[in-house]
Amino acid sequence: MTRTLQAQSGASVYDRLELLLPLVSKPIQYVGGELNATLKEWESTAVRWAIMYPDAYEVGAPNQGVQILYEVLNEREDVLAERTYSVWPDLEALMREHSVPQFTVDGHRAVGDFDVFGLSFSTELGYTNMLTAIDLAGLPLLAVDRDETHPIIVAGGHAAFNPEPIADIIDAAVLGDGEEAVLLITDIVRAWKQGGRPGGREGLLLELARTGVIYVPQFYDVTYLDDGRIQRVAPNRPDVPWRVRKHTLMDLDAWPYPKAPLVPLAETVHERMSVEIFRGCTRGCRFCQAGMITRPVRERSITGIAAMVEAGLQKTGYEEVGLLSLSSADHSEIADIARNLADRYEDTQTSLSLPSTRVDAFNVDLANELSRNGRRSGLTFAPEGGSERMRRVINKMVNEEDLIRTVTTAYAAGWRSVKLYFMCGLPTETDEDILQIATLAREVIKAGRSATGRNDIRCTVSIGGFVPKPHTPFQWAAQLDHESTDARLFKLRDAIRADRQYGKAIGLRYHDGKPGIVEGLLSRGDRRVGRVILQAWRDGARFDGWSEHFSYERWMLAASKAFEGESVDVDWFTIRERERAEVLPWDHLDSGLDAEWLWEDWQASLDEVAVEDCRWTPCFDCGVCDQMETEIQVGPTGITNLPMPAMPARPPVLA
Amino acid sequence: MAYSAGFSPHPKISYANSAPTGVASEAEYVEIGVTVECDPDRMRTALDDALPPGLDVVEVVQARTPDFVQRLEASSWQFEVPGVSIDALARCVEALLAAEAVEVERLTKSGLRRFDARVAVVTMNAVGAHVAPLTSVAADCAILTAVVRHVTPSVRPDDVLAALRRVADLVPPVPPRVTRLAQGPLNPVTATVGDPFAPDRSA
Repeated sequence: MTRTLQAQSGASVYDRLELLLPLVSKPIQYVGGELNATLKEWESTAVRWAIMYPDAYEVGAPNQGVQILYEVLNEREDVLAERTYSVWPDLEALMREHSVPQFTVDGHRAVGDFDVFGLSFSTELGYTNMLTAIDLAGLPLLAVDRDETHPIIVAGGHAAFNPEPIADIIDAAVLGDGEEAVLLITDIVRAWKQGGRPGGREGLLLELARTGVIYVPQFYDVTYLDDGRIQRVAPNRPDVPWRVRKHTLMDLDAWPYPKAPLVPLAETVHERMSVEIFRGCTRGCRFCQAGMITRPVRERSITGIAAMVEAGLQKTGYEEVGLLSLSSADHSEIADIARNLADRYEDTQTSLSLPSTRVDAFNVDLANELSRNGRRSGLTFAPEGGSERMRRVINKMVNEEDLIRTVTTAYAAGWRSVKLYFMCGLPTETDEDILQIATLAREVIKAGRSATGRNDIRCTVSIGGFVPKPHTPFQWAAQLDHESTDARLFKLRDAIRADRQYGKAIGLRYHDGKPGIVEGLLSRGDRRVGRVILQAWRDGARFDGWSEHFSYERWMLAASKAFEGESVDVDWFTIRERERAEVLPWDHLDSGLDAEWLWEDWQASLDEVAVEDCRWTPCFDCGVCDQMETEIQVGPTGITNLPMPAMPARPPVLA
Repeated sequence: MAYSAGFSPHPKISYANSAPTGVASEAEYVEIGVTVECDPDRMRTALDDALPPGLDVVEVVQARTPDFVQRLEASSWQFEVPGVSIDALARCVEALLAAEAVEVERLTKSGLRRFDARVAVVTMNAVGAHVAPLTSVAADCAILTAVVRHVTPSVRPDDVLAALRRVADLVPPVPPRVTRLAQGPLNPVTATVGDPFAPDRSA
């Protein structure tokens, strides 16, 4: 009992932390105090969340998902939500030495004091940072070792669509949009606490699992065949459902979060405000997990977007607004949005940006509109595949003519540099497909020079190794081994270097294939991979998304220890192609996508057959809308001109 | 707020002589350029509201004279030195003040730099724990105050402590907490730091 009372006091550990801050790098990242941060009284709240983005503050603080959930939760009067981020190894060592626990940056409270510890995983490479946080919080690493005095650990974010590698560590996972899910969990936790914690920790987890929309891994048993494949995943409790569904938030205009974005005091990777203009994407790029698991498309209206931009700027003072989504130029009202916002902020210091990835001239018009009086430095397009054939395989419907026309338009409009994104190691890819990237870049420069008559235009080719992801048509595909990935990238590099006429105008940025193999292991792994994660973490793995901290050798050594005596290894999880009949580790997690449709799309990919976008063509039965009882929500609303906002008669600071 | 002209306009804001990381301060100065005349007190409130607790905007004064930064000639610092007796500290101070020059080293962006820290120290006193400490400290804590001239290369509190270590082997068991109490024009007679806003107030 003493432990319970002490552990859940919510007392600040700042006094002890402060003594360590002069000894670490960038101490400002640990002090909190951001504009629009919320600090509530511990005692006045019934349910308390610690939300973590498991990376350094500079990466985690701008994260939209965390900011949205932080605000949605804190808007409830009896709910308290605070944020916590990964501490750098220098502070980790000092915290261990001086017994300072993992803390939140808002109230500097111990994470172990909270009811729920929620983690948002954009990438699997945050798993080891989760272990550091759990351990620093003084919590047992494995779910089965934790008791009701400990917070329940909930994973969300895109990686939660296959949480099997961390199934023994987390208590629960939420698939899909978090806004309503965190409130559902809050209601269940509140009722359980007020009801005298019936059934203890297991009672709470059962309540969560019975909803059918919260996955509690410990209530499912996995059995394996002799050859290593999964035989079956089955619930081990009555009334726990066989499959767990994802969450889909409808009517984005009703959820204008974050209403008051955080303004960090420390420098972060995105020094701007973001407004999400729609969620979901049905372009159908076969490699893209985000596009598959966030269906259907749900747009925010032009008026909803304008209101969010204005309210957010008033509350933050940011000077740049990014209009965020998976493919922003696809918003049904994007031209009117761009024109209206550009008009509205024309004579201010506020600039607007659109993450530009779609390859067409319309995208260049939009970028021109948003940079009316600003600098036209660089534009980014993502053809993803180097050859026409490759782009048919991945369903990225861009032909070379489109691309050349698009970049010519961009150079002619004053843009000096174009960045092109590609992937290496896509299914059926050959050296020839990758070498065509060099040809393409050469054509781009050639077209740019003739359109502008200038020699100072540039093209940067950015290329990374492809990692097959769950819930995509490529979930069955073999990943390319890192040696072959690197060999192909070197051939591309040499081809560009050898080009005397154009090579100097072409920049190449590439990532080697090794980190992709670890990401692949974690992405398509099953529960057996959990032992590798624990081993790698014990061996020192931290911040695996950072090249200066990542060690491929450490991971491979950990895997060979963890898989000893098993019939599976790293190759088995990564470079092996799966058969239709194989039970995949995430088959019991329902993203709404029909397995038959995914398989057919995989076959269509191998046949180099493209599929259209269902926003503009009839439904092609991916299954999501039927299965999830959702629908496509797109405009246009018919509103093409926004009223200019009334300016305050006299800004309050004027004399 | 005013912005610089050009392709990528920057807000006209400059932080004069900011205290080093890990050091507390009661006297930091920021110059902000504005495009229209503002009410200083309303501006103070607006800025204070946007800053976290503990970072307080104490006063906003309209600049009426040039060369504000040049008036920040010296800083008055307080060092809380735990685990050291007042007598021991006083002996260290005596040794430092008696020295002609005390070379210290600091790692800068351009590499290790050696320079004289003594030249910047105008006065230095070991005072007892009876001076109310600005931060909570243990009882056995001696207080050191110093007025340090702003010179090039700048002599920071760390450098002052390094100088004390060098001349008198002062090695406190835990790092001293340092607070800047004031900065402004140096009165050569009293060896005190004055109000840098004085010319603007009387202009």
